[in-house]
Amino acid sequence: MIKMLDQPEKEMKQLESPRGLKLRNNSGIIIKNLVKKFEDIMAVDNLSLEIQQGELFALLGPNGAGKTTIIKILCGLLQPTSGFVSIGGYDALKEADKIRPLIGFCPQETAAFNFLTGKENLELFGNLYGMPKEILKANVEILLEKLFLTEHADRRVQKYSGGLTRRISLAMALVHDPEIAFLDEPTVAMDPQSRRAVWEFIRELKQQNKTIILTTHYMEEAEELSDRVGIIDNGKLIELGAPKELNEKHDTKSLEDLFIKITGKKIREAV
Amino acid sequence: MKFQRIFALFKMDIKKTIREPAVLFIVILFPLILTAAFGLAFGSLGSSESSYSIAIVNLESPSGPWSQALIGNVTANQVFKPIDYPDNNSAHFDLVQGKIDAILIIPQNFSKSCDSYWNNPLNASKWINITVELYVDSGSLIATQAIPPIIQQILITTLFGESSGGAIPLNLGAPSLIAANKFSQFSFMVPGLFAFAAIFLTMTVSSTVVEEKTNGLLRRIYVTPTTPSEFMLSHGASNMVIAGIQTALIFAISTLLGFKPAGAVGWGNYAMVFGCVLIFALGNVGFGLIVASITKNSGSATGLSFIIIIPQMFLGTYVPVPQSVAQFVPSYYVTDAVTSLFLRGAPISSPTILFDLLVLSVVSFLIFLGGVLVFKKFGKT
Repeated sequence: MIKMLDQPEKEMKQLESPRGLKLRNNSGIIIKNLVKKFEDIMAVDNLSLEIQQGELFALLGPNGAGKTTIIKILCGLLQPTSGFVSIGGYDALKEADKIRPLIGFCPQETAAFNFLTGKENLELFGNLYGMPKEILKANVEILLEKLFLTEHADRRVQKYSGGLTRRISLAMALVHDPEIAFLDEPTVAMDPQSRRAVWEFIRELKQQNKTIILTTHYMEEAEELSDRVGIIDNGKLIELGAPKELNEKHDTKSLEDLFIKITGKKIREAV
Repeated sequence: MKFQRIFALFKMDIKKTIREPAVLFIVILFPLILTAAFGLAFGSLGSSESSYSIAIVNLESPSGPWSQALIGNVTANQVFKPIDYPDNNSAHFDLVQGKIDAILIIPQNFSKSCDSYWNNPLNASKWINITVELYVDSGSLIATQAIPPIIQQILITTLFGESSGGAIPLNLGAPSLIAANKFSQFSFMVPGLFAFAAIFLTMTVSSTVVEEKTNGLLRRIYVTPTTPSEFMLSHGASNMVIAGIQTALIFAISTLLGFKPAGAVGWGNYAMVFGCVLIFALGNVGFGLIVASITKNSGSATGLSFIIIIPQMFLGTYVPVPQSVAQFVPSYYVTDAVTSLFLRGAPISSPTILFDLLVLSVVSFLIFLGGVLVFKKFGKT
């Protein structure tokens, strides 16, 4: 059973970061004229964008809009066709080694080792980030607690429900307390309670001045959490701004309405 | 390169082997079941209790003392049931029909040749050189592998007697060959089984890595500071440990089923056997990485793995294949080294072992390196 979300003792605990590397000049993310083509398909079309350190930025768009491609380029999993990307003050193409310790990546698919327990998955990824044993142990405990996974920690992931697997997948991305987190559809296919728990956790990360890039189909999620949203369609950034500002600008009541108004389609029609 | 990362991935790989039933079956249970099945099926064949029918065609007329001594020694050897044949043709007919296992043809001047040696033991120019023809049933594993060395030993015993003194110049190290008459057919298969088990690492590595690739885990790992070299070294290390466990288990099972190395095999021989299998395992991990890099799903990875597994399995393990063909697969060098170490009682410093080890090391290293390079280039997505 999921616990109440606002237990006071959780507020005291924070993830610890073991890294020597820090953000250069407290920089966030800078994207300039980014282009990614797959043969004749333009997945990202001349995207330019700046995300400040500590900002929670949501990328919105229907399936195939280019959100995941952008996230993969930012994480160093895809090479752009052209353009410039800087993460935490480091050139993403030339200084990828310096960027990796700073970022956490939660992929869209529920990628966890099924034969490991939830706790073992977290420990594995903590070790891949070279975390000292004591800090890793503490962070694992905190994450398990914050995402309500403690009672499932010693069960193998293959026995988890879809919602539990997604939560452990999110925890794996954050176990090393990254400065910048890329969360690709972190709440997709989650039940409402799990989604609320994740939202709460993402809010806490924001309070710790983490930079978070979130992709989502859920407009209420973007509206609830993000400082700014970028609406992507066919690889192009077609609108950018704070949810409230955008709604005022387009005279809409919600991001859902806004999306329909400017793209002519529902964001979740392809889901 | 950070040991912490390599060790974390190594532990994860070992846990996968232990916890995933399919992997556990392929890597541990399958070789054990196969060894047990072979041991039960072939363990009694070719043992000291069995005997082989051998046709003796004595072309000496009248039969001389040396040919009589040779026939007597063949008869005295419990491995053979000698049958006199009047001529070569009738013996060949029966060999082709499978009625006998081998034919020994004693040439016309066999006794004269032996006499010529003893008259001038130190002067080879005075010897009458002859060839004792031996025909063996090529369809019988034990016949092809066991009979020639035993006959060779009987020839030496006939010429020199049971105890060859120091004055006799042709001491051919006969005792190690005498041990051959105690080997069962299973004994000749065991060295191949060590290689056989490691061959399947190609399949487990390729399907494991492809699975990690398709379900997004590899992408997650690549976003961490883990380098491709660390990832592949961890796979190499974990699979070498698995190969070591396979070797120990196969040795234990085969020993329970009657396999016994020839003579006094030292710890060095055992260590060398493990060393050869581990080096071979590294090569197979390399094959697995190559397959994983160029395939998109575990089904095609398994299929492609079999293209690598089958030739190695049939040309280089327990199936008797001419060396001229077998030498092109890496598994042959493991089987040959283990055969020499366990069945021929060869010391670890013998040229045969060192040559096998050298070829194996170079080939395995190159395959692993190839795997690393191909994986770095094509393995990410």
